[in-house]
Amino acid sequence: MSILLVLEETSGKIRRASWEALAAATLLAPAESITAVVIGATTESLAREAAEKSVSKVIRVEHPLLAQYTADSFCAALQQLIQSQDATKWVVFAHTYQARDYAPALACRMGQVLIGDVVGIGEGPVFTRQLMQGRLNGSYRHSGNGPCFVSVQAGASRADTGAGPRGTKAPVELFSPNLDATQIRTKPSEPFRGSEQTVDLGSAQRIVSVGRGIKDAQNLPMVQELATALGAELAASRPICDNGWLPMERQVGSSGQTVAPRLYLAVGISGAIQHLVGMKGSQCIVAINKDPDAPIFEVSDYGIVGDLFEVVPALTEAVKAAKQ
Amino acid sequence: MKIAVAIKQVPERDAPVRIAPSANWIEERELQWAMNEPDAYALEEALLLKEQAGSEVIVVSAGPERVGSTIREALAKGADRAIHILCDDLNGRDALGVARLLAAVIKQENPDLVLTGLQSEDVGLGQTGVIVAELLGLPHATMILRVEKTDAGLRVKRELEEGWFQSIELPTPAVLTMQSGGNKLRYATLMGIKRAKTKELRTVTAAELGADSAPTVVLEQIAAPKKQKSTQMLPGSAKEAAAALVEKLKTEARVL
Repeated sequence: MSILLVLEETSGKIRRASWEALAAATLLAPAESITAVVIGATTESLAREAAEKSVSKVIRVEHPLLAQYTADSFCAALQQLIQSQDATKWVVFAHTYQARDYAPALACRMGQVLIGDVVGIGEGPVFTRQLMQGRLNGSYRHSGNGPCFVSVQAGASRADTGAGPRGTKAPVELFSPNLDATQIRTKPSEPFRGSEQTVDLGSAQRIVSVGRGIKDAQNLPMVQELATALGAELAASRPICDNGWLPMERQVGSSGQTVAPRLYLAVGISGAIQHLVGMKGSQCIVAINKDPDAPIFEVSDYGIVGDLFEVVPALTEAVKAAKQ
Repeated sequence: MKIAVAIKQVPERDAPVRIAPSANWIEERELQWAMNEPDAYALEEALLLKEQAGSEVIVVSAGPERVGSTIREALAKGADRAIHILCDDLNGRDALGVARLLAAVIKQENPDLVLTGLQSEDVGLGQTGVIVAELLGLPHATMILRVEKTDAGLRVKRELEEGWFQSIELPTPAVLTMQSGGNKLRYATLMGIKRAKTKELRTVTAAELGADSAPTVVLEQIAAPKKQKSTQMLPGSAKEAAAALVEKLKTEARVL
């Protein structure tokens, strides 16, 4: 009943999402059966960081060809690692863009199917994922033999539970996979920023965020007026930026910025998981939506079900009146 | 260049979804259906490549009879021909089960490029394209916003998290999963809709493809999500609700 927890690094540190995945992994088996895995060309400091956590062991999967992430090198290295381990029951990842890029292929290579984007783990175990843009939850079960691959959505577990330092350090092992440059078919460049960032939504105290419900770019000034009245920054969910109605830098969600203002007011945003992960840490969340079943209401403190074209102007007036 | 585009028909975004009596899927009767939006972006990219380089665009879609309307829409937008994998058990299949169907058909076509959306809007597995690549033994890249043909193969722009991007070079044939927003989606023209009626739409059954297997991952039950916070709903007219909200934000939440 052992677990391999595959950690992901960013700028030389383990990503926070990986510690959330560790917390989720402890729902499957106790810390004594969790082996943390760090991958790269040089993994010593990552392993040191991982060894402080509640895990039984840390494995450094190290090879010069793992210096930069590619699906081919990561799949090959991890397949060799998994096959070298006895009785791996679970392979757990944080549900990041990187895991989404290779974990399905790795699972497939081992005759398995990843249970991805997991937001909850219950008795059984039964894995909960969102369906229909967050309007429904699905319960999934793994059947058959072989390891079960699971990726855990950010925010599904708290990184500070079950993942704290335990005083002693977990032992560290080195694993050197056999990799060959000819196996790696893709050539990635160094990451780059899309455009000059002129808006720092991350430090905004109040944010008014607009979604598909706005229907047309012509209706945006109405929401801008509310934002101005509140002294808030204007932000948006992905489709608004996809349409070019607002610049990409104003996008909140997994592909945009992560924000945690004192007030987050969501206008015409249904609340798909990709949006929620970018704003659910906000102190006070307000949602205005015509659909009473919109998932945004699940994370909201206050909700108004109604036509935003009536509610937003009324709210702007009420805010202005309250300020006088 | 020969381009295969895998598209999925999903419930229309605003369609009210109800849980079926079986409790393991939604009630499909009376639902409106549409092309999965990320797949529409995949199709758009294929059509742009066709316009630049004279490619052939073949649409592949799996699902029951009703999927035909979405396939016709893709043909009306400019795809050259289509293959409908007729199967009534798409929702009972796991990602591998669906990918096997698509891969079986795509393999017969032997395209230079396979495009699909990064995920579906109904079950959102986000795995089908990657698994198709694995089954076909092709390189892949995910969350792609732009595709450029080069002498050696392709150069693509990949989206990373939090506003970062990277460019990736890869040889063809390859599989790419497309992110939304890279291009502007076109509408079908009247002429396109007319032409679509004469375009080739071949149907194969899942059984004919011999790509069946028992699922490894089973969707057992669906349910309405539990609330994570106790939400105070503010009733009344727009004006009443707005006034109540401002009061709450001032005195209760203290954020104004």
